[in-house]
Amino acid sequence: MSEIKGIYALWYRETKVFLRERSRVISSIINPLLWLLIIGGGLGSAVSFSGINYQTFIYPGILIQTALFSSVFFGVYIVWDKKIDFMKEVLVAPMRRTSIFIGKILGGSTDTLLQVLILFVIGIIFMIGGIMPGLKLTPFSVLVSLAFLLVTTVGLVSIGLILGSQMESPEGFQLIISFLIFPLFFLSGALFPITNLPGWLAPLILANPVTYAVDGIRGVMMGISRFNLLFDFTLVCLFALVMVLIGTYAFKKMKL
Amino acid sequence: MNIIEIKNLTKKFEKMTAVDNLNLEIKEGEIFGLLGPNGAGKTTTLLMLVTLKPPTSGTATINGFDIVKQPDKVRKSIGIVFQDPSSDEILTGYENLKLHGWLYDMPDELREDRIKEVLKLVDLTDRKNDRVKKYSGGMRRRLELARGLMHHPKILFLDEPTLGLDPQSRDHIWKYIENLAKEKNMTIIITTHYMDEADKLCDRLAIIDKGKIVVLGSPKQLKNDLGGDIIRLKAQTLDLDALKKLPYVKEINPCDGEVCLTLENANIHLQEILQTVGTIDSVEIRSPTLDDVFLHYTGRAIREDTPEGSWAEKAMNASEKK
Ligand SMILES: Nc1ncnc2c1ncn2[C@@H]1O[C@H](COP(=O)(O)OP(=O)(O)OP(=O)(O)O)[C@@H](O)[C@H]1O
Ligand SMILES: [Mg+2]
Repeated sequence: MSEIKGIYALWYRETKVFLRERSRVISSIINPLLWLLIIGGGLGSAVSFSGINYQTFIYPGILIQTALFSSVFFGVYIVWDKKIDFMKEVLVAPMRRTSIFIGKILGGSTDTLLQVLILFVIGIIFMIGGIMPGLKLTPFSVLVSLAFLLVTTVGLVSIGLILGSQMESPEGFQLIISFLIFPLFFLSGALFPITNLPGWLAPLILANPVTYAVDGIRGVMMGISRFNLLFDFTLVCLFALVMVLIGTYAFKKMKL
Repeated sequence: MNIIEIKNLTKKFEKMTAVDNLNLEIKEGEIFGLLGPNGAGKTTTLLMLVTLKPPTSGTATINGFDIVKQPDKVRKSIGIVFQDPSSDEILTGYENLKLHGWLYDMPDELREDRIKEVLKLVDLTDRKNDRVKKYSGGMRRRLELARGLMHHPKILFLDEPTLGLDPQSRDHIWKYIENLAKEKNMTIIITTHYMDEADKLCDRLAIIDKGKIVVLGSPKQLKNDLGGDIIRLKAQTLDLDALKKLPYVKEINPCDGEVCLTLENANIHLQEILQTVGTIDSVEIRSPTLDDVFLHYTGRAIREDTPEGSWAEKAMNASEKK
């Protein structure tokens, strides 16, 4: 009981803080919109894959991009918490470290999924407005995509928290995650199909867990995929599980 | 019964030893003071006791649980008010308190009652729905205190709880804390730089310097141990050598640019002393205070600000960064 209340407390705090920091919410919407409109629109005039317009094609990639940036970046708040000593208040409470980790994951995932939901609304508007032909946002495809995004987000938030729990300066954290986020994004097939990759690129892409999330979502949204849906989902779940386990360990070892 | 037993507790940071082989026993229901100059190792000691920093060697038991081996159990018996601000500034004062109640698994009704009680105590009821960002340094400090006092732990650690508060708030808060200790048999460990506070409040205290306990006892006992009275002299020039020759003068210390003598029966010897030192501007005879005790054992007068700046300044810096 006490653990659940504590987890709720941490979740409540993260969500409140997120909703109060409007700049964070706004930039989280502007950024993907720019990608969709400028990269998607610009290249879309010349490029299409399997009859799907490029703007539509990258929509799943942009969903993942939002999840990726927001989730991993969430770890910076733990570095801040250490700086402002809020972390001490939490760590001295009679709660297990594992519960603290869970509370943080829930908080970070909520932030991320709220942003993703906004992107879904934009997607639906674009679909109805005929801007993204070929996009099939049915209740089924939305639900499956959300499941993918949720699980991926849990794994990615864990990565952010693992790094954050070991770091002391927010600047250092930002530096490290930019080295991490960009490869994860560009090597995921978010921006191109992964069916006919050059030999040197293929292993990099196949080793990236984010690839399977993009593949699964694109499969269910527009019928373009390299792997079977269940296979994609299993890999994404495995990735999240491993990250959660490492995260639990990292939190147990976290020093102030 | 000893609710806290500290055994050979040591903390080293790279080369320097912040806490050096500390041994100490604290009884249940006691208000115990830790005094010491800046950097003496008070905060480090408390952070180890509340399981936030692992000791380099040695350990302690709190409420029967070992701080190294059973930190989860230790945390169930304690509460702490940190020296540095640790509230969330984007949340309101009330939300910070509510969060604390949840983290400590307080029943809802009790939590709301206590929140009202402590908000009133620290005089923040009117501001409870403002974000902490908008609070002044002193208000933040008071919120921090309110939060620490909320869940009535068995053992409460207070790291310079009243630093930077106005005298009236300090009075209120001390009365409340004394009451808690009495009514709930709560054990309270405080560090403070206010000697008058320590004198009035603490059952016993330890003066620590460079990570070691220099002296331990009740305020009364410590003052008595100094022996006799203090004469404070102010003068342009003083004949210190002549003073040193007087057999009954036990100690000569500089204090605040003046000179303090320690001796028994000051009223009898005053005449002779005044003749010895020559012309003086002013003279004062008084009984020793804890300030004198502090000066005697550490060779330094206590200062109220930390080297890194006052508490309020730190709070401001932290908020600017965010
Ligand atoms: N994280 C740290 N790394 C290195 N040295 C540290 C660290 N924390 C504390 N110290 C050092 O340990 C010593 C004791 O510090 P501590 O904060 O315990 O002193 P204090 O008695 O609480 O002083 P104050 O009255 O200023 O609060 C100081 O010399 C300080 O510089
Ligand atoms: Mg201190």
